[in-house]
Amino acid sequence: MRVLLADRVPEALGLLAGDGAAIPVAGGTDLLVHWPVRIDAHDRTYVDLSRLEDLKPLRWSDRELVLGGLTTYWDVIQDERIGREFPLLVRAARQVGAIQIQARGTWAGNIVNASPAADGVPVLMAYDAVVVLESGRGREEVPLDHFYTGYKEMRRRADQLVVAIRIPRRPYSYQVFEKVGSRRAQAIAKVGLAVTRSDAGWRVVAASMAPTIRRCPMLERLLEQRVQVAHPGDLVPAITQDVSPIDDVRSTAEYRRRVMARVLYDDLRETCGWP
Amino acid sequence: MQRREGLAKLTGRERYVDDLPLEGALWGMTVRSPAPRGRVTAVRFRPDVNWSEIVVVDYRDVPAANEILLIERDQPVLAAAYVRHVHEAVLLVAHPSREMARRAARAVDVVVAPEPPALDFRAPPRPEQIQFGRDNVLKRLQIAKGDVEQALARAPVVVEGVYETGAQEHVYLETQGMIAWLENDVLVVKGSMQCPYYVLNALQHALGRDERRVRVIQTPTGGGFGGKEEYPSTIALHAALLALKAGRPVKMVYDRPEDMASTTKRHPSLVRHRTALTTDGRLLAQDIEVVLDGGAYVTLSPVVLSRGIIHAAGPYACDNVRIVGRAMFTNAVPFGAFRGFGAPQTLFALERHMDVIARALGLDPVELRRRNLLRDGQSTATGQVIRDGTDRIAVLERALALSGYREKQHSHAAFNAAQRSQRRGIGLATFYHGAGFTGGGEVHLNSRLQVAGLPDGRVEVLSANIEMGQGTLTVFTQIVADRLGLAPEEVVIGEPDTARVPNSGPTVASRTTMVVGRLIERAADDLRHRVGLDDRARGAAVKDAIMRWHREHRGEPLLGEAVYERPPGIAWDEERYQGDAYAAFAWAAYVAEVEVDLRTCTTRVIDFVAVQEVGKVINPTLARGQVQGGVVQGLGWALMEECKVENGAMINNQLTNYIIPTSDDVPPIRVAFVENLYPHGAQGAKGLGELPIDGPAPAILNAVAAATGADPRAIPLTAERLMEIVERTH
Amino acid sequence: MTLSIGFTLNGKAVSMEADPAERLLDTLRYRLGLTGTKEGCGEGECGACTVYLDGLPVNSCLVPTYQVRGARVETIEALDPVQLGPFLEQGATQCGACTPGVVMTALWISAHPELLETHTVRELMAGNLCRCTGYDGIVDAVATTIGEVGEGGRGKGEA
Repeated sequence: MRVLLADRVPEALGLLAGDGAAIPVAGGTDLLVHWPVRIDAHDRTYVDLSRLEDLKPLRWSDRELVLGGLTTYWDVIQDERIGREFPLLVRAARQVGAIQIQARGTWAGNIVNASPAADGVPVLMAYDAVVVLESGRGREEVPLDHFYTGYKEMRRRADQLVVAIRIPRRPYSYQVFEKVGSRRAQAIAKVGLAVTRSDAGWRVVAASMAPTIRRCPMLERLLEQRVQVAHPGDLVPAITQDVSPIDDVRSTAEYRRRVMARVLYDDLRETCGWP
Repeated sequence: MQRREGLAKLTGRERYVDDLPLEGALWGMTVRSPAPRGRVTAVRFRPDVNWSEIVVVDYRDVPAANEILLIERDQPVLAAAYVRHVHEAVLLVAHPSREMARRAARAVDVVVAPEPPALDFRAPPRPEQIQFGRDNVLKRLQIAKGDVEQALARAPVVVEGVYETGAQEHVYLETQGMIAWLENDVLVVKGSMQCPYYVLNALQHALGRDERRVRVIQTPTGGGFGGKEEYPSTIALHAALLALKAGRPVKMVYDRPEDMASTTKRHPSLVRHRTALTTDGRLLAQDIEVVLDGGAYVTLSPVVLSRGIIHAAGPYACDNVRIVGRAMFTNAVPFGAFRGFGAPQTLFALERHMDVIARALGLDPVELRRRNLLRDGQSTATGQVIRDGTDRIAVLERALALSGYREKQHSHAAFNAAQRSQRRGIGLATFYHGAGFTGGGEVHLNSRLQVAGLPDGRVEVLSANIEMGQGTLTVFTQIVADRLGLAPEEVVIGEPDTARVPNSGPTVASRTTMVVGRLIERAADDLRHRVGLDDRARGAAVKDAIMRWHREHRGEPLLGEAVYERPPGIAWDEERYQGDAYAAFAWAAYVAEVEVDLRTCTTRVIDFVAVQEVGKVINPTLARGQVQGGVVQGLGWALMEECKVENGAMINNQLTNYIIPTSDDVPPIRVAFVENLYPHGAQGAKGLGELPIDGPAPAILNAVAAATGADPRAIPLTAERLMEIVERTH
Repeated sequence: MTLSIGFTLNGKAVSMEADPAERLLDTLRYRLGLTGTKEGCGEGECGACTVYLDGLPVNSCLVPTYQVRGARVETIEALDPVQLGPFLEQGATQCGACTPGVVMTALWISAHPELLETHTVRELMAGNLCRCTGYDGIVDAVATTIGEVGEGGRGKGEA
């Protein structure tokens, strides 16, 4: 196994450009799971990002909150302004693993790990986050809701690093994050939901309901058009078009569909004037 | 007295087997069967590693008998021509580097010609699946009292029910681990275990070494719960075989996924009840069928079945009882000892069934218990007359009072009517647990123990019983100190080393305080007598007499001894399975309050009260900790711990997908004890360790039923299952 | 290949050659003989391997050793046992396998009592699995250490 160290972002980019098979390492909370047993992973080359100090801080400007490429969940939980303006980020961060994981896990790592059950991605997506990628060939910005192209497939080339996540500042009239897991902490989501509403419109994001985390256009349209919904069952047709849950080691498709319908209905009924 | 070794554990200074430095040791790894059943047609070594560097052991290296000595001798140390379950050990490899040992294990292909496995213990096996006896029944047992058929025929009311429990993985935080090495001609095996003499006997039998050439030492053990009762014999044998072949020390420590997938679990069960009652809820007959999944080898299934059926009719008076039990062979990874040992399974079924009966009869579940709980003078299913003087109704009443049972029922009604999606409910379970080995078991064990007087006047307890968190070191110290009037610092608890300590029996069956503790008292008395003192001598008088004795007998050991004596008036008929099954029972009433979210059907336990009568509470902090830990372990089994199985093996064998409770998943567990001194237990104590895991599952499911109107009959009651049940109900 | 790294361990400077595949947990336990930190799962679920990295509790089974270069690492061996009274008195430890990790997290919480304005003790301890105690002994010990903050030292958490 080889590890290449970098102190500055350009250095890291150079290393990635030089070896298309090299894997960047940030907090390690996904990569190192069962590390000793995963012998195949020991025969690869890694690029250590942990000293890229420029990527650690989060920044506020008039128009955006920008999370750094190495900003952790704990960084966000600690930031009072985020708690006020982007409460879903804090809510999601608090439900990632437990404090030991929150202290090391990064939002960017969560994005590029591309788990369909990720906790950070749904709320970022519901806030219209934009992924900022750097490489030796320049900068590219991809809206997070267009970032995933298939199960564990994304619009990131091997020579690119996520250096920032840009989140537009805007007033939200509605925002909710729900994570349904098998216990209250240290749980992988069986169903994840992030829903927001602003002048930019409704955003409904589902996790663990499809090969990728995704927006739910039929549900968003239903909300935009103020369709009258009488009970959770009325949401099922839109849900069925938007997501495709499966039976897996964690849960069943039937359970996931029902829960998504009920939780969405329950969370939205007051705002939408449903019974 | 505070936990004796507490500070060492809190500061990280306590050293477990994987913490011990080992010069020149090799790491051992196990190669396992990929198939649930079949003939091993080839074992291929791929060139991924340099095999000349690797020590390899297979069944041919077992010197005497390729058998893991337990109740039967059906389980091989290493599979020879045939495999009977996925993950069965076939080959062992060792190398100084742990990574290389892993690579070597990975580089072996075990080729199996598959045969049809038996994977469903509930279904009668097809002819091609028969692998044990004529019908794949590992063990049959029956209890009969009165005339069940007649009582059922005449009964005004009969209520039936079928209940199921799933496997449970122990998740001791310290995985299985063992080191083995040769010291001169003595094979020394050291590691995490509950029963040093079980390991010793297994080593002697398979390796053909007599007692002088094998030595077993228990290291501080990071949790057992029964998972380190019999399994350590297997890993000890494996480490020993590698050490003997390599001529170097060998260490084997299982990774968590390997531990979860390939070691024993709690027996899954299916229990059928047919119960006859009067219209006002008095039990007339209990007809019970208990079926356990034993897995691919006998291990301890006969004893688990035994304890399971003995507890199956519960702490109730009933004149007509029939309990028929069988443990089934399947090609699953063998099941084994787990806290409660059959009783949690059958008590779950019974106590859930009691609430099902209550609902069918329109009776209050509390009243149903009150009408049927054993009073002194009444007898259990095996005909054991209970006359211990415990007011079992008072135990129930105390639990009701502490939990605010009635008030909560009222407030829940209002809450449930007002809430859209949250539902609250409260449920109870009344139950019992027999302490010590069943029937003649303790006589059979014939436990021996010594309390030595040391030259400096201190005393040392020499016993084979171990500390795994339940408080052995502290309670043993207290018992000796109290008996002889010594300070705790003047009492030494000898390391459980078979070269130094007699066989005081295994650390299982809730026997350590009650049975072994009593041996300590008697051995301490014997020690006093040997230095010419009577039973009233205490403190400095004892110390001085010991020191004087040593001055007069230089170089000689001074040992007070005790051998197990069955309490008077205990009679058990092993043939007819009748009589006094246990010398003593502990009695309990648990109440669980839950909140169910109907949107997700997740159940949260929001309050839990555990009341028990255990004779005497010798150490309140330790006793409370046992109850709280057992309750949370039972809560996990009831609601979230599911073994997902493929081909008889666990596939969710990681802590990320085998879900045990975190601190945020459980409420404070409120504990109360009632005391009623048991004359034959140390200081009046009865067993406590297993009782707490018998009650939570039925109490919780009864609460869920109260909250939702649903009727769950199986655990784990995951959210997915509850949703299906609720949907069916509405 | 190996990497030359220097870091501060329990207040002292340490230099070593690290294998790229080494986990901080393995370095501490097998190379430095600091066996107080335990391995319970290898996947960051149980917290038995908790150490402080630059002042924050982390799972050392998920930290590549080369990443601690220039950083501050603290293990259970450096903790002052004088703080452990409540843990002993209230039954916070039984078998001890989870205990060093529990103590590391618990004492860190006690040193940051302001966290109880927004979190409960149980939520903050949820990354430390225990199979023996049922958690009451642990939570009670933390609450006692902190004193009366929020709901009896257990924290207000979210409404």
